[in-house]
Amino acid sequence: MSEKRLLDASSGAPVKRHMGLKASRTAANTGIYCLLIIISVVWLIPFVCIVLQSFRVESTWQEGYVIPKQWGLDNYRNLFQTDFPRWYVNTFISALFTAVFQTIIVLCMSYTLSRFRFKMRKGLMRFMLILSMFPGMLSMIILYRVLSDLGLTQANSVPGLILVYVASSGMGYYVSKGFFDTIPKSLDEAARVDGATRFQVLKKIILPLSKPIVIYTVLTAFMGPWGDFVFARYISFGTSSGMNVAVGLYNWLNKDQIAKSYTMFCAGGVLVAIPVTVLFMCLQKYYVEGVTGGAVKG
Amino acid sequence: MSTNSDLEYLKLNHWQKIGYRIARFFVGIPKALGRFFVGIWRAVSTFFQLLGRELADIVGTFVHGDWKTRLSFVVMGFGNIARGQVLRGILFFIFEVVFIGYMVLTGGYWLSMLPSLGKVGPTEVYDEILDTYTTTYNDNSFKILLYGVLTIFFIIAFIYTWRQNVKQNKLAEKILASGKPLRSGKEDLRSLVDDQFHKTLLALPMTGILLFTVLPIVFMILVAFTNYDGTHNGYSNNLFTWVGLDNFNTMLNWSVSKGSGSQSYAATFGEVLTWTLIWAFFATFTNYFLGMFVAMAINKKGIKFKKVWRTVLVLTIAIPQFISLLYVSKMFAKNGILNGFLMSMGWIQQALPFWEDPTWARITVIIINIWIGIPYLMLITTGILMNIPADLYESARIDGANAWQQYSKITLPYMLFVTGPYLLTSFTGNMNNFNVIYLLTGGAPTNPAASGAAGTVGYTDLLITWLFKITTGPDSQYYLASVVGILVFVVVALISLIVYNVLPSIKNEEDFQ
Repeated sequence: MSEKRLLDASSGAPVKRHMGLKASRTAANTGIYCLLIIISVVWLIPFVCIVLQSFRVESTWQEGYVIPKQWGLDNYRNLFQTDFPRWYVNTFISALFTAVFQTIIVLCMSYTLSRFRFKMRKGLMRFMLILSMFPGMLSMIILYRVLSDLGLTQANSVPGLILVYVASSGMGYYVSKGFFDTIPKSLDEAARVDGATRFQVLKKIILPLSKPIVIYTVLTAFMGPWGDFVFARYISFGTSSGMNVAVGLYNWLNKDQIAKSYTMFCAGGVLVAIPVTVLFMCLQKYYVEGVTGGAVKG
Repeated sequence: MSTNSDLEYLKLNHWQKIGYRIARFFVGIPKALGRFFVGIWRAVSTFFQLLGRELADIVGTFVHGDWKTRLSFVVMGFGNIARGQVLRGILFFIFEVVFIGYMVLTGGYWLSMLPSLGKVGPTEVYDEILDTYTTTYNDNSFKILLYGVLTIFFIIAFIYTWRQNVKQNKLAEKILASGKPLRSGKEDLRSLVDDQFHKTLLALPMTGILLFTVLPIVFMILVAFTNYDGTHNGYSNNLFTWVGLDNFNTMLNWSVSKGSGSQSYAATFGEVLTWTLIWAFFATFTNYFLGMFVAMAINKKGIKFKKVWRTVLVLTIAIPQFISLLYVSKMFAKNGILNGFLMSMGWIQQALPFWEDPTWARITVIIINIWIGIPYLMLITTGILMNIPADLYESARIDGANAWQQYSKITLPYMLFVTGPYLLTSFTGNMNNFNVIYLLTGGAPTNPAASGAAGTVGYTDLLITWLFKITTGPDSQYYLASVVGILVFVVVALISLIVYNVLPSIKNEEDFQ
């Protein structure tokens, strides 16, 4: 008897609590859905606006409304009357070369620091940490002068830019070092015992396992030059044919140019964003892995 | 603040622990300073001990070595070649020849000019035949400083190589005396892909870092002690020269008021630094907590379309910042979409001064930064949140903890523990967040009291954008930019040092287990 009552009580209470929990959970979830929808809208609005404004025909000036009164491709057509294609090619070339060389350098650096134990290792890492505390902007003046002595500024800025992007990229080894740290060292050792050289270990064992980090590095290296406008502006100063998209489009929003090129900026922005975004979305998985891994390992 | 015993310390809650550590840090400063100087003293004495040992070893090698070794002191690589290590010997010898050639041809000139940074400025000579003035550029301070530094690098490299050369002779004698063969050139080459593989791998990256990061930084640190600017560029204009600590005095002395508008540089620096710290604090922590909140909302059990929400946010990472930030900056402008929308709805009569009013501008910048930052934080925190053991929550729920308690007792401590180092880098990263500020406001609205010969300074300017403005300003006062850069370094290094001393993840690894 008493046992049965106990059982009832014990089974009744959880059921009741479960119901209450479910109701409150549904309420909470509805709230969260609303919030997520609001967030999505807020995050997407600027991009929707930029696309809509790029199709506006009636005015090239920024107006207080978004939906064009007259739709058309005029802005896109006008883009090709300017230096925009040149900038696009410049950026694409520098992004491509940067992606290749920066990946090689970053992987060399991070693999070495993760796998080898040599005398200067700790000191080297501490040294680079200290170096990274100096604002990189300072180097701009001297790098500009050096590149201009080499003839790699203004119209020839693309090779100069690639050189600068790639040369100091070894400092950004943290994320991929964190990745290499997670590959068990016993793999290396087993191969070494079998008589493989260090180079063979890297080529035959580590690299095949490193696809995610290679893709992450290539992706971030490729995206970098599309957004750089500080150094690119300094280095291509005053020469339209040496600019990249960021510099060119930035100049269109100057006080004296914005009236006639605001919608063209929108159109250019859309054309720049599309390939980068598509690539990014395809490789999203690797990016997320890299970013999460990098933050945890610091 | 008295020292707590271990037991008392463990009784404190998380925030009290952090507070306790911070207090301990400041109480410990005198001691730490003492330790610092003792450390320096030790480092110096160790250095001299090492130096002495090296010198003794060099002398010993010379005294006890055979004639091949002794000749190698002058002709680098001779001993290697004489003992059959031809490849190494040739490389040593070539390096020596290149070094001597360089020093004789140009290095000596750069080095001798380094103390004065050039004596003869550009001169103009009237050319009667062409009826024009032709300019001769003579000494070039910029090149003297740059190549002077490079030459010093080269000399250091040479001393190191020479020492290696001596060491190898001693080693070779020892190996030969024990009757073993020396490594052949072929074996040397093979070792570069094997047990010396790290040298091969590091060669390229380190050369890049040395030439494109270390050299510029050394150069710019030196510039802070010169008067290098647009009118003293040491090229087409006057030479520049060493001025000692004058620039630091200009920047940091409250009573010196020149150049920077109506107030001293020190006052401007103080204002900009304060705003930089406020900005970095809010930019880091608003993003951190809101990003964590969004991640938790998406991760919550029973929420569908997780992938969709995440993809929407990740999309904003993909689009280059200069597009999104410039566009958003124009959206908030006086005649931008947002004001237009609000006015057409009749909610406001006049445009809101998003970028015109200092306080509005500062708040708007922080809010837009949230828009930029949340997607990253969402990604980062999602992974970590999933790693928190579910049974922690389970047992907390059984004990009757509500959602807030679960968050503040489990989620937050865990997150702070794991992401501590990330928070630090993100704080210092935000201090130097050039893109967001420059693309959104360009530092505007202008602060009239602070703007002067070094260019305009605005209320939203960070130290890094100010540095940029000084560099590209009307007078291009590179020397002041360098001073600001050095001060940025000092601030960042100080903060990192403090945080590393307070941070639980570094100090107390067992804290969360």
